[in-house]
Amino acid sequence: MSSKMNQVLLDPLFNNNPIALQVLGICSALAVTTKLETSLVMSVAVIAVIALSNLSVSLIRNMIPGSIRIIVQLTIIASLVIITDQILKAFLFEISKQLSIFVGLIITNCIVMGRAEAFAMQNPPWLSFLDGIGNGVGYAIILILVGFFRELLGAGKLMGQVVLPLVTEGGWYHPNGLMTLAPGAFFLIGIFIWLLRTWKPEQVTED
Amino acid sequence: MEYYLSLAVKAIFVENMALAFFLGMCSFLAVSKKVETAIGLGAAVTFVLTITVPLNSFIYNIALREGALEWLGEKYAGIDLSFLSFLVFIGTIAASVQVVEMTLDRYAPALYAALGVFLPLIAVNCAILGASLLLVERGYGVAEGTVFGFGAGIGFALAIIALAAIRERMRYSNVPAGLRGLGITFIITGLMAIGFMLFAGIQL
Repeated sequence: MSSKMNQVLLDPLFNNNPIALQVLGICSALAVTTKLETSLVMSVAVIAVIALSNLSVSLIRNMIPGSIRIIVQLTIIASLVIITDQILKAFLFEISKQLSIFVGLIITNCIVMGRAEAFAMQNPPWLSFLDGIGNGVGYAIILILVGFFRELLGAGKLMGQVVLPLVTEGGWYHPNGLMTLAPGAFFLIGIFIWLLRTWKPEQVTED
Repeated sequence: MEYYLSLAVKAIFVENMALAFFLGMCSFLAVSKKVETAIGLGAAVTFVLTITVPLNSFIYNIALREGALEWLGEKYAGIDLSFLSFLVFIGTIAASVQVVEMTLDRYAPALYAALGVFLPLIAVNCAILGASLLLVERGYGVAEGTVFGFGAGIGFALAIIALAAIRERMRYSNVPAGLRGLGITFIITGLMAIGFMLFAGIQL
């Protein structure tokens, strides 16, 4: 592993996180994270789509005319997402029902498009593949963290297993219903960004 | 009539695209620094949603749905092309955005200049594709699709203009350093989402 590859793979995790710094791909990060399980499945799906779309775009990057590159990229991404959707429907039908439209929305997830346009169009296939994995994992970290806290605080469970016994079932934990609703997700991501920027002050933007 | 009215109110307030479904978040956060640009984006999104949602509904019902190709003849009746819907929808959206852009440029240059760069960007706004996919999931027809698309667009415009107005006011406040910019925007959006949740109790 050369240092360049290391950098491409590890930079998006915290230094240049797609969600927290580049502000990409937020829709799905919020919508699928009510449970840890759906967050995990969504993360895997997105990592696979970014890595493969970066690889495919990079392989044919010298053959794509500049004026129609967006359409070419969109077609590649849409085809990969269709395959992902069919695989999910075949093997994980219950989860695919819960994710509903958000599998399809990976197409317009700006991380995928953004990396294809910003990285894969200029770099060789192997490096682009690693960049895809790196950005996918950076996205997955936030998704899994948010999913973890929303399920734990909102329902007292993790992966469907009871961790904090609820008052209604004879335990002691009062579930925080806000966490399972939309605003909880916004607050959690806001707080994560706050923590990340306190840890790495160079990411602070004036506004 | 009453049914369509309640569908529109539902799409605007109860099921607000941005605040309840998290759709179109990227542009929602990125383009909400000024009220003026927020109005531009809101108008463009409403415009494109009202056109593409019924169009996609029409294409889905005439060509992609299981058994939709029956009008071609008996032997086509069993074909189910619904797995192609992602590809077809995104194609329709990209094409309609292009057509809308050229039409506006030719016949309404003032509006075209006002919308500026937001118009082409809308092709990859997840609110547009999301509305089309929701429509399929709920089985809306073309007329319902038009109302739903328009309502969803107005809802998105309402939310983004409100957020932009709040962010303009924020300039006078002293936000902790790490929270400035994106962090505080998320918190504000969360508070707005709580506000919009009040509508969820409305029975229509």
